[in-house]
Amino acid sequence: MSHILEAHDIVKQYATHRALDGVSLSVPKGCIFGLLGPNGAGKTSLIRIITQISAPDEGYVLFDGQRLQPNHIQDIGYLPEERGLYKKMKVGEQLLYLAQLKGLSEREAMDKLKVWIKKFDIKTWWTKSIEDLSKGMQQKVQFVATVMHEPKLIILDEPFSGFDPINANLIKDEILELRQRGTTIIFSTHRMESVEELCDHIALVNKSRIILNGSKKEIKNQFKENSYSVSFHGELGDLPPDFELITTKDSGESLQQATIRIVGDATVNQLVGNLINQVELVSFHENIPSFNDIFIKAVGSDAPDESK
Amino acid sequence: MKNIFLVLKREYLVRVRKKSFIVMTFLTPILIAAFYGIIVWAAVGSFKSEHKTIQVIDESGLFKEKFKSDKNTTFELISGSVAKVQKQLKGKEDNLLVHIPADIMSRPNGLQIYAEKNIGPMLKNRIEKVVQQGLRNIKLSKAGITQQVIEDANQDVDAQTYSLDDEGKSQSSSTMAAYVAGYAAAFLLYIFILVYGAGVMQGVMEEKSNRIIEVIISSVKPFHLMLGKILGVAAVGLTQFVLWGVLTFGVSSATQTLFGFNRFTATEEVMKKQAEQADPEVKKEMEKQQNNTLQTIENFSKSAQSLPLAKIFFCFLFYFLGGYLLYSSLYAAIGASVENQQEAGQFTFPIMLPIIAAIVFAQLAINQPDGSLAFWTSMIPFTSPVVMMARIPFGVPAWEIALSMALLVLGFVGTTWIAARIYRIGILMYGKKVNYKELSKWLFYKG
Repeated sequence: MSHILEAHDIVKQYATHRALDGVSLSVPKGCIFGLLGPNGAGKTSLIRIITQISAPDEGYVLFDGQRLQPNHIQDIGYLPEERGLYKKMKVGEQLLYLAQLKGLSEREAMDKLKVWIKKFDIKTWWTKSIEDLSKGMQQKVQFVATVMHEPKLIILDEPFSGFDPINANLIKDEILELRQRGTTIIFSTHRMESVEELCDHIALVNKSRIILNGSKKEIKNQFKENSYSVSFHGELGDLPPDFELITTKDSGESLQQATIRIVGDATVNQLVGNLINQVELVSFHENIPSFNDIFIKAVGSDAPDESK
Repeated sequence: MKNIFLVLKREYLVRVRKKSFIVMTFLTPILIAAFYGIIVWAAVGSFKSEHKTIQVIDESGLFKEKFKSDKNTTFELISGSVAKVQKQLKGKEDNLLVHIPADIMSRPNGLQIYAEKNIGPMLKNRIEKVVQQGLRNIKLSKAGITQQVIEDANQDVDAQTYSLDDEGKSQSSSTMAAYVAGYAAAFLLYIFILVYGAGVMQGVMEEKSNRIIEVIISSVKPFHLMLGKILGVAAVGLTQFVLWGVLTFGVSSATQTLFGFNRFTATEEVMKKQAEQADPEVKKEMEKQQNNTLQTIENFSKSAQSLPLAKIFFCFLFYFLGGYLLYSSLYAAIGASVENQQEAGQFTFPIMLPIIAAIVFAQLAINQPDGSLAFWTSMIPFTSPVVMMARIPFGVPAWEIALSMALLVLGFVGTTWIAARIYRIGILMYGKKVNYKELSKWLFYKG
């Protein structure tokens, strides 16, 4: 079985609003899966169905090849966007409580916690109340609570919010390490740079539907426009009709920059051949679209919602 | 099931460890004992009054031997004009003047007492009683009735009430004991439901506003979470109840051994003190009264023992749990639907209304335990716990209790079902002002 999670034609209808409209998606095992989309697109509704907080009106979800059922809760760790812990409870008691709710015995929970206490250096917090910790510290505790029962699937909703750059890096390394150990991570965020950095697969949800779904490479290929950035010395004359000059710019010290797109069947080598005949080439690289561009382009070109 | 227990355990431990719980649990019995102590002390202490000198001008000449001095009061029969003695009273706080006019026989309200300050009702009563009794005896003797008959005629009546049990045997009962027990049980139940119901609501609101709810319900079903919380708080309530019982018993028996008196001898003490300072006429009267009071107390304690205490205790536990479950699930639903205390207010009011009505009905039921109002309000699940507890010490037919309990079980199953449906939607709903229409829609939402 290569997919940890498969959603098939999920429909979720609220009183006046269809939050999910025939959503299907597959999450391969052992990857970091970016679940992207603008606010209100239906990401949270989908996550709540996966975590069994709510049930779909139509469609079904397979977890590790089985229909989703209550005992799968133990194999899923969920970090919601809105964080929260019992403020007056001690860190240690709170973590043990949450671990036991996930089905661990007190002893198992204790053993697993020891590793995390060491890793995050939080031993001195054990008997402190949550309200005595800083926000960043609380986030760390919450992260530990999400992953300590070693679930097969971890769902992180905006995991980096509230962390300073050092702690954000610490969490990022933990995420990468979890993947290495075979854990699948669904990662929902608006920060495209972390998507770029971490995700192997992405799905883009917009207006209750999936509008993009695939591996990072596939999607990038789908959106690349065969355009290239060139910098050179000299004067660039006319190019054959296969090559379209989009922009030129003088970047000083006689260095010129241009963006050129290959329109026809011409190859990259032909373009380079044309260029070196005219100018002294300094650099040449393909323009690969960033996820930020892809996001804006895909959501922007999606048919406007008539109900609004 | 395991999760319900985990939630229950957390809820229980967190609440029992709270400072407010510990303070309330241990302080209340001490306060009750202290309150009782103060009353006894005040009662005993108040009779150590200062010495009074009472001058009597008896123009009728009928009361020469009637006023008897004692430790705290000296009576002086004097002659002279009232106006002159009045002047001498100026500046003497502890002196009084009693003027008995010559025509006291025909005009009994001619008796006059002068003092610089107002005199206490006790002393006034005492003087009046001497004059009254003197006049009566004179009048009765004149009518040809001997002293012997007069004394014989002074008899007191105290009715013993009996309640018939199922087998038709009569059982000594005291309405007073049933009254006290009924009222105490009803009131305690009322307080418990209000306090612990509100506690559940606070807990739910805390989880919602802390946003921990989403983490928790990705592990626990909302219904299990709600049930665990409600049962956990119930366990806290029962713990407090039992501790109060044990502590009150412990503290009061400790005070008794410490100070060497129990409440009955304490009452006796008060009476003795009162009698000591009275003159023999009044003393006799007081001794009689004292015997009566002791008799009443004895009757009371005897009939308190005749109360079905085990039954009352069992019913209290049942009605506490039933009433609490009924109301606390509604409180939980409200806590889940609102986001702050102000919003909660408008929804808690309609819930508090039947509880408050219940305590009013309970008071009426105590006065008329077998009336139709008492019957119906002890059947309706919203009022039955409080009203039934008020009725039980008076004796309620078994079928009525059974029916009321069955209805209560149906009632709380019903409210818990409704509450659970509102709860599961409410806890995840933020930034939306809810109203009753909205709440009723939630009832029919699918999971």
